[in-house]
Amino acid sequence: MGEGTAPRTLFDKIWDSHVVERLPDGTCILYIDRHLVHEVTSPQAFEGLRMAGRRVRRPDATFAVADHNVPTSDRSRGIDEPESRLQVETLERNVAEFGVPYFPLMDARQGIVHIVGPEQGISQPGLTIVCGDSHTSTHGAVGALAFGIGTSEVEHVLATQTLLQKPAKNMLIEVQGRLPFGCTAKDIILAIIGRIGTAGGTGHVIEYAGEAIRDLDMAGRMTVCNMSIEAGARAGLVAPDEKTFAYLKGRPYAPKGEAWERAVAYWKTLPSDPGARYDTTVTLKADEIVPLVTWGTSPEDVVPITGAVPDPDSETTEARRAAKRRMLEYMGLTPGTRMQDIRVDVVFIGSCTNGRIEDLRAAAAVAKGRKVAEGVRAMVVPGSGLVKRQAEDEGLDRIFREAGFEWREAGCSMCLGMNPDQLRPGQRCASTSNRNFEGRQGPGGRTHLMSPAMAAAAAVTGRLADVRQLVAH
Amino acid sequence: MQPFTTLTGIAAPLPIPNVDTDKIIPARFLKTIKRSGLGRNLFDAMRYLPDGSENPDFILNREPYRRAEILVAGPNFGCGSSREHAPWALLDFGIRCVIAPDFADIFYNNCFKNGILPIKLPQEICDALMEDARLGANARLTVDLERQVVVRPNGEEIRFEIDPFRRHCLLNGLDDIGQTMAHAAKIDAYEAKRRAAEPWLFA
Repeated sequence: MGEGTAPRTLFDKIWDSHVVERLPDGTCILYIDRHLVHEVTSPQAFEGLRMAGRRVRRPDATFAVADHNVPTSDRSRGIDEPESRLQVETLERNVAEFGVPYFPLMDARQGIVHIVGPEQGISQPGLTIVCGDSHTSTHGAVGALAFGIGTSEVEHVLATQTLLQKPAKNMLIEVQGRLPFGCTAKDIILAIIGRIGTAGGTGHVIEYAGEAIRDLDMAGRMTVCNMSIEAGARAGLVAPDEKTFAYLKGRPYAPKGEAWERAVAYWKTLPSDPGARYDTTVTLKADEIVPLVTWGTSPEDVVPITGAVPDPDSETTEARRAAKRRMLEYMGLTPGTRMQDIRVDVVFIGSCTNGRIEDLRAAAAVAKGRKVAEGVRAMVVPGSGLVKRQAEDEGLDRIFREAGFEWREAGCSMCLGMNPDQLRPGQRCASTSNRNFEGRQGPGGRTHLMSPAMAAAAAVTGRLADVRQLVAH
Repeated sequence: MQPFTTLTGIAAPLPIPNVDTDKIIPARFLKTIKRSGLGRNLFDAMRYLPDGSENPDFILNREPYRRAEILVAGPNFGCGSSREHAPWALLDFGIRCVIAPDFADIFYNNCFKNGILPIKLPQEICDALMEDARLGANARLTVDLERQVVVRPNGEEIRFEIDPFRRHCLLNGLDDIGQTMAHAAKIDAYEAKRRAAEPWLFA
């Protein structure tokens, strides 16, 4: 990929403009524009800098926030759990020592790092963005090349503002046509993962295109890009357009005045050129998508809400049959059970996948005037303090509280169960998060992934439910 | 970083597809500010029973696999999160090489930063190595990074491919940061160019 005249993809353009140097074997020193830091994957990186006597090369391009293990209950008195407290205090010490901007726990801007980045306008088209978290792919929704890295790479970026990388392959996923009633961005990405599998995007950057993607609002595009990693791709991208510009305009870290005009002019050059080459192309028809839920312990295990638990015996190899049987045993499910007959114990609405204001509105529309079913614990965890405030301004908190949902503080919460928000063994959860791995939401916990509206439907019916039967067309 | 040259050791068979990073090291054990000590909770949910005692059926709880240094695994090993705690936990247990049909990208990358060699080999070869691994202490595998071969107990040599730069770094135990810093002048020049073109990205 050079600077020549060959048509280039959005990924190619961002990549080319960030190569500092190409080493003889093709490895590139890639410049990183924005580095987001959280408490779990950074302590060892800062410690590494300290040991080597290194500084943070660009504190002005680095932003820190604690999200993974912060409690989502009242935290005005700090964090009770000693290890979590130590991790957050360590982050606070590190950002002070190295001069990194930080959104403290009691600041309204605190929240899940992947909600905060776009919300603050830190994430912009054409940038390279990294974070020690695989869901960094979320920021690709604004047309940035954004991907998760390990802690050694966090240290590398802190010290050098670059990464050693080789270019990924280009994958185009085109979602044609319009999404039917009751379906959301979450159903699009679950349908994609169901189609290509959790390793389908390995080695690729996915560009999402087509009418159904263009039609999505920015929050929906973030939901889709967020779960690129569940399809095996480190990054997902959506070409920036007028929606992107309108979303970013006026945000605290977005360019202003004349700089804004110059930035937009540049951003308009980013979409893939006609005739650009993709290594892999996948096409989906949006009008064939139905509300989806997962049944197993891999995000590729999707089934329509109108369907039933699949039979392992229908698998082609013994290894696959054994894997599915193990999943069903873990999930406590029997083949042939109708998905809508599966009762839930807990409902979790939140996460970097579905913790934005649009997600809370969709869930509230279902919850309004209804009650959480007997015996179900339902919680709403806004993605950031600002999302929480916005929801309260719109009265969504009242709708949720009156229906019997818990209304909590911002953080990653039960998406990964690092804080006290965990499932107990055997509990079954309807969740708007991104991973249904064994033990993900707590040891022995059973996760069914779905959209916020579907999760709200599960809360008020006490079972996995078809949201289309609960809301007016 | 400890260099990786050759390794002869016991290989543990783990024939499960899609072993995710939550399975390798659950999130609740990530509340550490150190890299060491994670080996105790490697594969926690599979390795321990609900009462905290060892699950005698889990491979790494059985002799000789308690001393395994190589893991022969299923496809898409290491999928899920970017947590480097996953390779740290493997390393802390004593695993220095994972052989699988394929790996998730971030995990694969993280291995190299910690002196762990991830080897991709076709499924049928992994199946054969899985059978070797089941023979336990009588069937050690040798991994020779210099020559890029895995040597089976029967002496058969299996060639594997690896990125030359990563191979070089592993063989010599090189830390990436020091190498990148040797290009500091280039980074400075690039940054100056960007600062001129897009000043709003710089404070």
